[in-house]
Amino acid sequence: MSPIVIRAEGLGKQYRVGERERYLALRDVLTRVVRSPLKFLRPAESELMWAIRDVSLQVEHGEVIGIIGRNGSGKTTLLKILSRITRPTTGSAEVYGSVRTLLEVGTGFHPELTGRENMYLSGAILGMSRREIERKFDTIVAFSGVERFIDTPLKHYSTGMQMRLAFAVAAHLEPDILLVDEVLAVGDLEFQKKCLGKMEEVSGSGRTILFVSHQMNQIRRLCKRVLWLDGGEIYRSGPTAAILGEYEAALSSGRRKENQRSTGTPTKARFVRWQIDGTESGSSNFLTTMGAVTIRFQVEVLAPIQNGNHGIVLYNGERQLMWGWATDGVVLEVGTHEFCHTFPTLPLRPGPYSWLVSLREHGDVVDQWDCTPEMIIETEVHQHPRDEWSGVLNMPCQFKVCRSQESYGGK
Amino acid sequence: MIWSRPPQASRTIGSSDLPLVWARASREKITMTEKSENAPQVATVDSASAVGAPLPAFAVPLQKSFYRIAPPQGFLDLNLREVWNYKSLLYFLVWRDIKIRYKQTAIGAAWAIIQPFMTMVTFSLFFGKLARIPSEGLPYPIFFYTALLPWTYFSGALQNATNTIIENQRVVTKVFFPRVILPLSAVLSGLLDLGISFLMFIVLMLYYRIDFAWTVLLIPGFVLLAIATALGVGLWLSALNAIYRDVRYVIPFLVQIWMFASPVAYPSSLVPERWRWLFGLNPMTGVIEGFRWALTGHGEPPGGLLFASIGIVAVIFCAGLVYFQRMETTIADVV
Repeated sequence: MSPIVIRAEGLGKQYRVGERERYLALRDVLTRVVRSPLKFLRPAESELMWAIRDVSLQVEHGEVIGIIGRNGSGKTTLLKILSRITRPTTGSAEVYGSVRTLLEVGTGFHPELTGRENMYLSGAILGMSRREIERKFDTIVAFSGVERFIDTPLKHYSTGMQMRLAFAVAAHLEPDILLVDEVLAVGDLEFQKKCLGKMEEVSGSGRTILFVSHQMNQIRRLCKRVLWLDGGEIYRSGPTAAILGEYEAALSSGRRKENQRSTGTPTKARFVRWQIDGTESGSSNFLTTMGAVTIRFQVEVLAPIQNGNHGIVLYNGERQLMWGWATDGVVLEVGTHEFCHTFPTLPLRPGPYSWLVSLREHGDVVDQWDCTPEMIIETEVHQHPRDEWSGVLNMPCQFKVCRSQESYGGK
Repeated sequence: MIWSRPPQASRTIGSSDLPLVWARASREKITMTEKSENAPQVATVDSASAVGAPLPAFAVPLQKSFYRIAPPQGFLDLNLREVWNYKSLLYFLVWRDIKIRYKQTAIGAAWAIIQPFMTMVTFSLFFGKLARIPSEGLPYPIFFYTALLPWTYFSGALQNATNTIIENQRVVTKVFFPRVILPLSAVLSGLLDLGISFLMFIVLMLYYRIDFAWTVLLIPGFVLLAIATALGVGLWLSALNAIYRDVRYVIPFLVQIWMFASPVAYPSSLVPERWRWLFGLNPMTGVIEGFRWALTGHGEPPGGLLFASIGIVAVIFCAGLVYFQRMETTIADVV
């Protein structure tokens, strides 16, 4: 057994609700003291919430652990505590080895400084020494692919270039333990792959990595063990395959969660679940065919709708709009209905996608749902092998060389 | 209907350009894979070679660094070794502040001379010529400038330090480093301006044909005292400002009042004897009188006032450190 590098016991972090958005003004404090001196000393229990609670874990040296869970389940807070950005309210942890954290890329970048200057600054902020940055300078620049602009102020960079430079610096950290939040979710797909490759390389070199992601294929690829946080507590942990299976099943068979926020007042009707027609529960969000496919959205109607407008939109994993469509004149009785959309084919490159469905009446939103889980397309690839030429569509193409006929293009 | 390609288009593109792309692209792919085997640091996803090639396990680094995370407790657990480990960051933060300060200004660092020079002219006119404030036997401009040097530095450092945590909010909430580095870098980055305006002072001394006394060798000590004072107060203000944003509105008043409570425009000999002790509670008194004496040999030689200042600075500094330390644990949550 490898030595334990992270040992945490009973970690908990309590936040005052709203504290993070609102800063205190002295005036507020004073009025609060005057109004209710005791309350000031002991904040009411209702104002507090646990971002994480009673989290215990042990991480062995060299392990790559994926952290999954819904938004707000405490993933980032856990990373922040382990990296000492914030202190826990309860519990304790021991961490052996040098730790670097990537909660976002480009932390500390300054628009007025040049690419080169920002590289040094960002490296230093991430914990590299000056000598270390100097030593890796050429490699970092080569990785980023912005050599030509290295002495241009950052404000003239495109967002993509900034991301590249930022990640190039981050990718060359050499800590014993790396804590990574969802930073790979940004940037273009090609660069994402490059980063993922870099991560694989890092995880192959005996480093311990804790890795937060919503993209299950990333987790599957990188992690042997998975930690599933729910409501700030560890809900499950164990081997990737088992936990992810359970997680995806919970998400997909799972109906829409009651507490999930939706826009509008879902009094008349609400979307409750979606699935790909003809799939079994547990994998009802996996699209494996290039052929015709029907997507079903279940709607619970509580009051009749006379002239509804139904819209549907498909986004890719980077939240780019792939397709959108809408129709008027939807008439719905009270009861449970299904909106079925049949497509001759969904010729999209494999990866995560998400549906957004809406129902309006007289212009007012009755319900709108950013469907969970994501739709994962796992079809055969019929694309150019290089990312920059592969595009967004995934279509088989029959090619042959024919003899040109005299009848056209003629003399 | 059959679409035919316009003839001129086919001429300019030549043999259809898509197959060309194909050929180029696939060749690049091969070279890339080869490269990634030689130099794994530029590896792409294609290269499986980099994966599963573990480096020797880190038996040694295991012992190298270790930390314990626990809820905030205790009086003072400032980890000086940690601050030392982040000296590169300190260096780059100071360097960044200096770099950015005069970016996109037409005359750049000349501002570090013009500002104190204009202040000196104004004060010499009103306090020296009109109010005829005594100036310890020195020309008033010299008398004033000797105090302006540490004072400009001090007030600038104070304002930088106050805002430093808020200005670096993103960094504070995303990356760990000893937070004390922020006010420290804010205070240190003003030293360059101090150096530049010192050059101006040399010119003034030449103009008035006044010789430096040997005591000028003691200046580094007084600079150090000025740094300590600025940092001591800066620690308080930066932590307070992170929590109560009111602080930054107080700063301009504070600086102004503080200036008139310090012997910048007048000598401390003007203060009645029985109020001297109160005057001495202001740590800048010792710093300013010390600067004046060390640079010109005139004025009050270091005595009780200086030691009172040093004592006060030590108290403010240590208390500031403790307070900052206590706030440090929650700064990332409230900023």
